[in-house]
Amino acid sequence: MNNSPYFLKPASVQSVMLRVLAALIPGIAVYVWFFGAAILVQIGLASAAALVAEAIMLKLRGKPLALFLTDGSALVTAWLIALTFPSIAPWWLTVLGTLIAIVVAKHLYGGLGQNPFNPAMVAFALMIVAYPQLMSQWPAVGATEFATQLDAIFGFRHLDAMAMATPLDALRTALHTAEAKATVAGVLGENAAVGNIGGKGWEWIGAGYLLGGVWLVQQRIITWHMPVAFLATLFAVAGLFSLIDNAQFAGPLFHVFTGGAMLGAFFIVTDPVSGATTPKGKLIFAAGVALLTWVIRTFGAYPDGIAFAVLLMNIAVPLIDMYTQPAVFGHKNGEHS
Amino acid sequence: MISAILVMALGAIVLGAALGYAAVKFRVEGDPLVEKIDAILPQTQCGQCGFPGCKPYAEAIAKGEAEINQCPPGGEEGIRKLADLLGREVKELSAEHGIEKPKAVAFIDEQICIGCTLCIQACPVDAIIGAAKQMHTIVADQCTGCELCLPPCPVNCISMEPLPESVETWKWKYPVFAIKPATKEVA
Amino acid sequence: MSMLHRLFNFHGGVKPAYNKEASTQQPIAVSPAPTFLVIPLHQSIGGTPRPLVQAGDKVLKGQRIGEADGNVSSAVHASTSGTVTAVEMRLMPHTSGLPALCVVIEPDGRDEWITRTPFDYRNATPTQTRDYLRDAGVVGLGGAVFPSHLKLNPGKSGKLDTLVINGAECEPFITCDDVLMRERAEATVKGIAIMREMLAAGRVLVGIEDNKPEAIAAMEKAVAGEKDMAVIVVPTRYPAGGAKQLIRVLTGIEVPHGKRSTDYGVQCFNVGTAYAIYEAIALGQPLVSRIVTVAGNVEKARNYEVLFGTPMADLIALCDAKPDTDRLIMGGPMMGVRMPADSVPVVKATNCVLVGSPILFPPPPPEMPCIRCGECAKACPADLQPFELYWFSRAKIFGKAQEYNLFDCIECGCCAYVCPSHIPLVDYYRFAKSEIWAREKEKEAADEARVRYEFRLFREEREKEEKAARLAAKTAAGREKAAAALASVDQPTTTPEEDAKKALIAAALERAKAQKADAAPQNTEQLTSEQQAEIAAIEARRAEIREMAKPHLPPDN
Ligand code: SF4
Ligand code: SF4
Ligand code: SF4
Repeated sequence: MNNSPYFLKPASVQSVMLRVLAALIPGIAVYVWFFGAAILVQIGLASAAALVAEAIMLKLRGKPLALFLTDGSALVTAWLIALTFPSIAPWWLTVLGTLIAIVVAKHLYGGLGQNPFNPAMVAFALMIVAYPQLMSQWPAVGATEFATQLDAIFGFRHLDAMAMATPLDALRTALHTAEAKATVAGVLGENAAVGNIGGKGWEWIGAGYLLGGVWLVQQRIITWHMPVAFLATLFAVAGLFSLIDNAQFAGPLFHVFTGGAMLGAFFIVTDPVSGATTPKGKLIFAAGVALLTWVIRTFGAYPDGIAFAVLLMNIAVPLIDMYTQPAVFGHKNGEHS
Repeated sequence: MISAILVMALGAIVLGAALGYAAVKFRVEGDPLVEKIDAILPQTQCGQCGFPGCKPYAEAIAKGEAEINQCPPGGEEGIRKLADLLGREVKELSAEHGIEKPKAVAFIDEQICIGCTLCIQACPVDAIIGAAKQMHTIVADQCTGCELCLPPCPVNCISMEPLPESVETWKWKYPVFAIKPATKEVA
Repeated sequence: MSMLHRLFNFHGGVKPAYNKEASTQQPIAVSPAPTFLVIPLHQSIGGTPRPLVQAGDKVLKGQRIGEADGNVSSAVHASTSGTVTAVEMRLMPHTSGLPALCVVIEPDGRDEWITRTPFDYRNATPTQTRDYLRDAGVVGLGGAVFPSHLKLNPGKSGKLDTLVINGAECEPFITCDDVLMRERAEATVKGIAIMREMLAAGRVLVGIEDNKPEAIAAMEKAVAGEKDMAVIVVPTRYPAGGAKQLIRVLTGIEVPHGKRSTDYGVQCFNVGTAYAIYEAIALGQPLVSRIVTVAGNVEKARNYEVLFGTPMADLIALCDAKPDTDRLIMGGPMMGVRMPADSVPVVKATNCVLVGSPILFPPPPPEMPCIRCGECAKACPADLQPFELYWFSRAKIFGKAQEYNLFDCIECGCCAYVCPSHIPLVDYYRFAKSEIWAREKEKEAADEARVRYEFRLFREEREKEEKAARLAAKTAAGREKAAAALASVDQPTTTPEEDAKKALIAAALERAKAQKADAAPQNTEQLTSEQQAEIAAIEARRAEIREMAKPHLPPDN
């Protein structure tokens, strides 16, 4: 029989994970509105792949299936993969990514709670390195016809007609490949998909994630530290550099509202397992991710840098945690017993 | 895919090299190693390791003349600590030197003791009190349980008594995992 | 006299269901003396008192039956008059289910007190007063049972800023302090006044959680006449009644683990202790009973004044435990300890006998891996990172656990209470702590053994040297003598004294020989072949060791 405490708060890993999923819904809804229902197919694909992979791995590792399969952690990984991959990516890309996330990044490292790297980000990083083309073909805004998208996903049709680069990608390509003539204003202004802030459609999806994220903070599932540190740092660096040269560096609002920034701020950086845990550590971790994200976005070879930034910071987590241990009760005045 | 693997592999190699370098660079070398080893040995002074006491064994380990798995009273835990200290592999306790036993203290049956002082001479920590032809007795608090007093006793009046657990010495057990049984019916 | 007082906050904490109403409906009742009292000698922190009685002795109520063993210890008394039937090992109210020495008393039904004389502490030295309290068996009744006389010492400065009186009682179900304050506020405040005098404390703050309005009202009335004594209402949040947490809430001072709170100008006592001090000093009554809450899975939850040594079974019989009862817990649901049987006695630490059932305290859902969500860290009132402690304790990396301040953990259970993975975190800390303690004891023993071993080697060496010196002296003397003999040939070769000496030596040698024969192994005849083989093996090993020992030992004699 157990020892004290004899009663527990009704909380469970499952309820935490389910609420994280719920918080993604506003963002997903906006996504569907702007880019069509393909994303739902991707979410379905990723979820199914994740659950199957999870079940097989649990079985192999001799863990209780029902308990772990229903904890919802695989679904969170799956949804994040679906949301970070292009929604018109071929089906096998999503499935392969999910398998890598669950089998390699999660279970080979010891399963729930043990993985040092964010599984969804491992999948994203590997896939973008392996299939850079496929990973950068995003649906154009308004190209929402479901049948076309389905064809794209299941490989019956070329997607050139409907695909286009994300604003971030377009910006990077233009600034890096074209001669010095290209400017931020020029590129973003020319680009058909660009809205006034983060690229047409993108800023609204970002707002959806923001809404869900704020709810998560209110639910005390995540703390404010990471999202605030992430967004503030990204805003600050981007702001600083665009002040220096607004022709070469995109502005802060663009950075914060485009690509995976909002999703990253509230759902990716905040992954508790692979992130820092102390309050100060969380600030440092998220700020580090933001900084690296900006650097990779601006100078790197890949369109969005969140995945690499998160993985790089994951490596530093034990160190960050070690050096940011909060002062223990009674030790606050620098005293140590 | 290949390039991905290459990148990862490269990363692993770089990190490994860095860690290896750090391990060599920041290795804590310090006060006399013998002292440190001796501090880990249980000081039972029983000689089971094949040396006439813990200190000589510590010296032998420090010189690399003895393995770290020869001390039965120190047990697994002791071996692990030695391995940590010396950066060696953890090994199983070598069977030829004995097995790990729960700590016991010697007890002299005072009805039988003839006061021969042989056990007093054998005790490495002077934990036996007595004089010639006087009954001897063992100071349980100071007895290390080395059993060296057992063989010399001509009348076999010394026995090893395991220390009973009391409310004061009782220890909380390692929590057990209840995952398996609880989910059997659902799995 | 509730004044505006600045309250401080402590980090973390939880708000479990309090369940305090059931046991506060009725006033305190006196539980009848049982057929047998089993009074453990060890009821407080510190040394186990030495028994002063033996089977057959007649004892009076309040008679000392166990004498404090040293100063860090506290006396134990007969809780009613009767006959000692045994002084023996009995099951203790301790999770281990192990026995310890107890005095068993058969009450005579007369409940006859010793002569009670109030103690005139004003005309006694502080040391005398403290000794008196030690011998009256007064210990902290909040659950920690630390001997109170040790805490009633203002320390070097001779005075104290603040005396904190703990009436917060934050654990669910427990209401013994609540009803004490409601019904015995006057006496409690008198006890507080005595403590304040002993500590030369400037102000007194009585902290009570805001879920006890009746107690607050009663105490406010009682302190009204006292100078610089105030009842401070604190927000209800577990563990606001932890001594450190309450000190923090009332004064803003954080007393670190392992430090004396008097060094920070504060001291904290439970209200129950204050009442016990009043009884001991003003009425001359040693501590023989306390108020115990009986709650949980019972029909009639209530507070009882219970004689120490009363079996818990007798107590819950008064309250009608429901049929699905599956355990008894001493203390509350957050920190209480499960009892090995219902026959264990009520002791000084028993503030509550909580009756459990699978419905009231369901078995925890299956344990999942830690997801590092940080909930536990948010709830920890000691500002620890419980999941790190868990990780190290689980992996038995005790050194690291200590580095992460394992011993600052007060085992309040907040972390385990909130953990979504249902990890029995506190069990891991208790495990790690007791392992570390055991190791420290082992280490101490090993260090002592090393010193003794080294001393022995040194002694053997010294003896050998002395022997050699004696031998050398002897030979030198012999040579001299020979020279002298040569010089005076006419002298007889031996003097009469020398002859006598020789005879003596010869006699001694004879004796020694005889002794040697006496002491020669007597069990070497008629041995079985196995025994002989064993002896041979042992001899071989010893020879081997002796061989190996040679370079390390001085040359053998
Ligand atoms: S075997 Fe005995 S003598 Fe050798 S190190 Fe261990 S305790 Fe010391
Ligand atoms: S509350 Fe439980 S799951 Fe969360 S970090 Fe703490 S121990 Fe881990
Ligand atoms: S039991 Fe210890 S670690 Fe857990 S919340 Fe309480 S003080 Fe913190």
